[in-house]
Amino acid sequence: MSGNSEVSEKYLNLYRENIDKISSISAPYINSFRSSAFERFSKLGIPSKKDEAYKYTNLNIFFDHDYRSYFLPVASDFIKAEEFRCDVADLDAHGIVLLNGFYPTINDKLRQLPSGVWIGSINEAALRFPDLIEKHYGKYADSDTDGLVHLNTAMASDGVFVYVPKGVRFNKPVQIVNLVQSEEDMFNQHRNLIIVEKDAEFSIIICDHALSPKKFLTNAVTEVYVGESAHFDLVRVQNEHNAACKVTHTFIHQEKNSITSSINMTLHGGLIRNSTYHFLGGENAETNSCGLYLTDKWQHVDNFVNVDHAFPNCTSNQLFKGVLDDMSTGAFNGRILVRPDAQKTLAYQKNNNILLTDDAKMDTKPQLEIHADDVKCSHGATVGQLDGDALFYLQSRGIDKHEAKLMLMFGFAHEVIQNIKVEPLRERMDNLVMQRLRGELSRCASCVVKCG
Amino acid sequence: MLDINNLKVSIAGKSILKGVSLHVKPGEIHAIMGPNGSGKSTLASVLTGREFAEVTEGTVTYMGNNLLEMSPEDRAKEGIFLGFQYPIEIPGVSMVNFMKTAVNEKRKHHGLDPLSASDFLKMMREKKELVEIDSKLANRSVNEGFSGGEKKKNEIFQMAMLEPKLAILDETDSGLDIDALRIVANGVNKLKKADNSFIVITHYQRLLDHIIPDVVHVLYDGRIVKTAGKELALELEAKGYDWIKKEVENNVIA
Amino acid sequence: MDKDQDKILDEVTTGEYKYGFHSDIESEQIQKGLSEDVVRIISAKKNEPDWLLEFRLKAYRHWLTMKMPAWPNLKIPVINYQDIIFYSAPKQKPKLNSLDEIDPELKRTFDKLGIPLEEQKHLAGVAVDAVMDSVSVKTTFREALAEMGIIFCSFSDAVHEYPDLVKRYMGTVVPYTDNFFASLNSAVFSDGSFCYIPKGVRCPMELSTYFRINAANTGQFERTLLVADEESYVSYLEGCTAPSRDENQLHAAIVEIIAEKNSEVKYSTVQNWYPGDKDGKGGIFNFVTKRGMCRGENSKISWTQIETGSAITWKYPSCILRGDNSTGEFYSVAVTNNHQQADTGTKMIHIGKNTKSTIVSKGISAGKGQNSYRGLVKILKNASNARNFSQCDSLLLGDKCGAHTFPYLEVDNQTAIVEHEATTSKIGEDQIFYCNQRGISTEDAIGMIVNGYAREVINKLPMEFAVEAQKLLQISLEGSVG
Repeated sequence: MSGNSEVSEKYLNLYRENIDKISSISAPYINSFRSSAFERFSKLGIPSKKDEAYKYTNLNIFFDHDYRSYFLPVASDFIKAEEFRCDVADLDAHGIVLLNGFYPTINDKLRQLPSGVWIGSINEAALRFPDLIEKHYGKYADSDTDGLVHLNTAMASDGVFVYVPKGVRFNKPVQIVNLVQSEEDMFNQHRNLIIVEKDAEFSIIICDHALSPKKFLTNAVTEVYVGESAHFDLVRVQNEHNAACKVTHTFIHQEKNSITSSINMTLHGGLIRNSTYHFLGGENAETNSCGLYLTDKWQHVDNFVNVDHAFPNCTSNQLFKGVLDDMSTGAFNGRILVRPDAQKTLAYQKNNNILLTDDAKMDTKPQLEIHADDVKCSHGATVGQLDGDALFYLQSRGIDKHEAKLMLMFGFAHEVIQNIKVEPLRERMDNLVMQRLRGELSRCASCVVKCG
Repeated sequence: MLDINNLKVSIAGKSILKGVSLHVKPGEIHAIMGPNGSGKSTLASVLTGREFAEVTEGTVTYMGNNLLEMSPEDRAKEGIFLGFQYPIEIPGVSMVNFMKTAVNEKRKHHGLDPLSASDFLKMMREKKELVEIDSKLANRSVNEGFSGGEKKKNEIFQMAMLEPKLAILDETDSGLDIDALRIVANGVNKLKKADNSFIVITHYQRLLDHIIPDVVHVLYDGRIVKTAGKELALELEAKGYDWIKKEVENNVIA
Repeated sequence: MDKDQDKILDEVTTGEYKYGFHSDIESEQIQKGLSEDVVRIISAKKNEPDWLLEFRLKAYRHWLTMKMPAWPNLKIPVINYQDIIFYSAPKQKPKLNSLDEIDPELKRTFDKLGIPLEEQKHLAGVAVDAVMDSVSVKTTFREALAEMGIIFCSFSDAVHEYPDLVKRYMGTVVPYTDNFFASLNSAVFSDGSFCYIPKGVRCPMELSTYFRINAANTGQFERTLLVADEESYVSYLEGCTAPSRDENQLHAAIVEIIAEKNSEVKYSTVQNWYPGDKDGKGGIFNFVTKRGMCRGENSKISWTQIETGSAITWKYPSCILRGDNSTGEFYSVAVTNNHQQADTGTKMIHIGKNTKSTIVSKGISAGKGQNSYRGLVKILKNASNARNFSQCDSLLLGDKCGAHTFPYLEVDNQTAIVEHEATTSKIGEDQIFYCNQRGISTEDAIGMIVNGYAREVINKLPMEFAVEAQKLLQISLEGSVG
């Protein structure tokens, strides 16, 4: 095992002790993946800093801890989840709430929206739409190096399923709210599958919240299939608390002529690791991968992005920006892979960081691996402070230094935020980021936890 | 309005301005001309408070106050405006937000209430028309992706918004085509009032065809070596700077 | 690109390696293989003091516990260390009193390489230490330099003549535990160059070491130690060639530089080991550890490398910027053609305050070559006002090659400014056309464009070698563009 053997052992035992319980409530097709995924997890283990992809992130802080594991949903828990209201004003979206990784038992486990779009529990979908599940489930989430992907496949039993049939242009976004709530420290895993068929259009917002001041560990996998000429947008808003650890793995598989965007807004959380894998699996596909992270106290945020150009004439853009305060730390690891014959590839990558204190630290690793010659690829990374010339320019217009700094930081962050297409959400993010930069309360108004 | 006396300035230990004196009264337009490297932009930097320029001697009094003790933003709020030679691009900060903040900071400084959003937008519209700036510019990030001419026009637009008492235009004419030059010059002329003053720093006479100066100074090797009326600019245009250099050198020898 | 152009490109890129001859020089070799005994034999042959044998043995024992690094982006065949001859020296009289006593064949070899050992014939202003296989055969201008207090001699001579200096500095920048190949070198190194520039002395000529592998089945393990004392300056250049042989040969060297207060060291390399043939057969494995320590305030170390040879290159000339206000620079052009692989770059470790580093790396890949830039910029917590700028560009000539960039930026100080930029692109067809339209052949156009692309780095070389490097660049790319 290349990972962290002692800590990994805990999770191996957790599987051995609970696999029967997990299997008993899951669909047979989902169960059919478990033992081989467990095998692979037992080979790879929990990643350690010796793993190149986790070089700058110490997962032990959260993984080496005794949690109550949430394997069976309890009906009474969902009452609180039902009361949860998103505080993004004017956000017109279809909402789904997951509690501790499970779809509420109270509602219909699968519901149909206008135009034939289905949203609901993936476990339920595995029973109702076996063809779709068999075609897509477990087909995109794979990693030769990251054991956590396999740990999820081995043990996750529920999550969100979304199906957008061919040609459906669904303008209203779907919002998934991931809540964690427990009176004990808790570990949970969930698994999402989003299918956007040919010529369809779809937009999803995933929000993470913690409802109780306990230590939480979440390991989530999301698989996305984007068919030919389809459009797909994903915005992830992470606004938990300092005792919450979130590890997400998102695999976006694109067919030809499709366009996707993925935006990770990390506003709050103890340890956050987002791995986003973009596979450009057909000609003329385009992907945009962005992230913004604002960290303070002891927080750590790590964004790992892998863009795989497997076909010619595809375009990818990566833009990740961070403002790091106090003794917080950040990591960025972005990779562009251009496979042989993926000619006429355009691939760009940018990671900019501002350190606000001497104790903040940033490690960045932008990488290019290029095996075709007729390509334009570039990357840039910076770590530094606010631009002195720009600061002076603002001051020379009569703006106070403090205010000028805030404006620059906001402008710095807004470059990422402006990519959010859903207007109320974009405004809300601008707002939250401004408040956060001003040092005012940044959590959502409905959050029950006093952060920090 | 502005009194500069025997100003000596060095940058990174190197002496750039070697004793400049200049007196600007309300309503005057002063042109400062001179070859490259003579210290023109340094003078502009000192007047607006850039940190890298170190004043080693001399005084600068602006409206009765010691200008050198004021922060850059306070100078701006007191009415000093610099049109930058190379306006800075600030990605992600919209022009509207930028100007609104600047205008309201100034109003606050003078004990006025901030402008309401609608009054502010109205003001933007009026000033845009005044300086003939393309309305789209205002919706973009500050100077980002602007052409050279657009950046300079944007400087004039900001000047119109902030209504300075003393505007310093640092080679605002460089890199402009004839039309843009006209727009910039017209902007200045429209904003010219009996009680505000301009210092126009330029290389060439051509801007001074459109903006008629009251006084022309030649800055050479850190000193003002010649001061005269607007005819001096024409003479420089015709004869270049060499004769001035010679005169200075002869004086030194004499 | 059309067929004709392809053909021209093909011709342009199939240049022959012109240093591929080998010389019949009698050499003294030891048995194949590696063991503690072999380490002892090497030490005994060189009549070394005990402390050095101890150093070798510690290194050897440590090496036994190590594994070959797996992280480089390289496909390295398994190396059988029992199949390598670890010591080979041209047979010659034990003590050389004059140039006449050098084996004439050996002299002819260096003449053929353009490295005359007679001082009067040599390029004005360049002192040469010639190293054949594992042993330094002749150091020119030694006496002239000695008058200024500059020590420039073979490493073996230094061990006997200046043991205190060697003891004081050897292994301080690259400890014997540093990495797999550094440990191996520390155990079995045979010779190399030693250079010491005393306080306040500006070395008046370029110092250079010329490395030649001649014997078959041998490994070359040389070690260079360069010390610039306070207020001194030296510019140092190394060049290397080897015969064309079908089997791979291992070259694992160490270069250590120490720069004291206010001193400056320029270290330039034109690396032209045999790269293997068109089909990837043979060639040198060039696994080298080069590192400089800016120990004193205001010191400066500048690495310039033109890497055109070797089947596999694995090297990261680095700077540890310990002194306040010290400066590190790395300028590199690396060419991989045919089946060559290179994983090269630098590390800039900022420890002192106001330290600066600049990295300019130009990778050129052709044929089936794989070219990786790997670099680390690390700003430690107390390194306030550290600055780094890195520019790592890759140029691709052909659709079977690869260009990769792996920068690591680790910043632990708020006042640091660290910037990394990289671009990858193919040679511009419009540029070639523009040249064609002005009457320049495609072949020349490619040469021009590539040289223009690499100019920023080539300009950092001492004049005499810049010309050589330019030619080399053109030759090594012949047959590569498609």
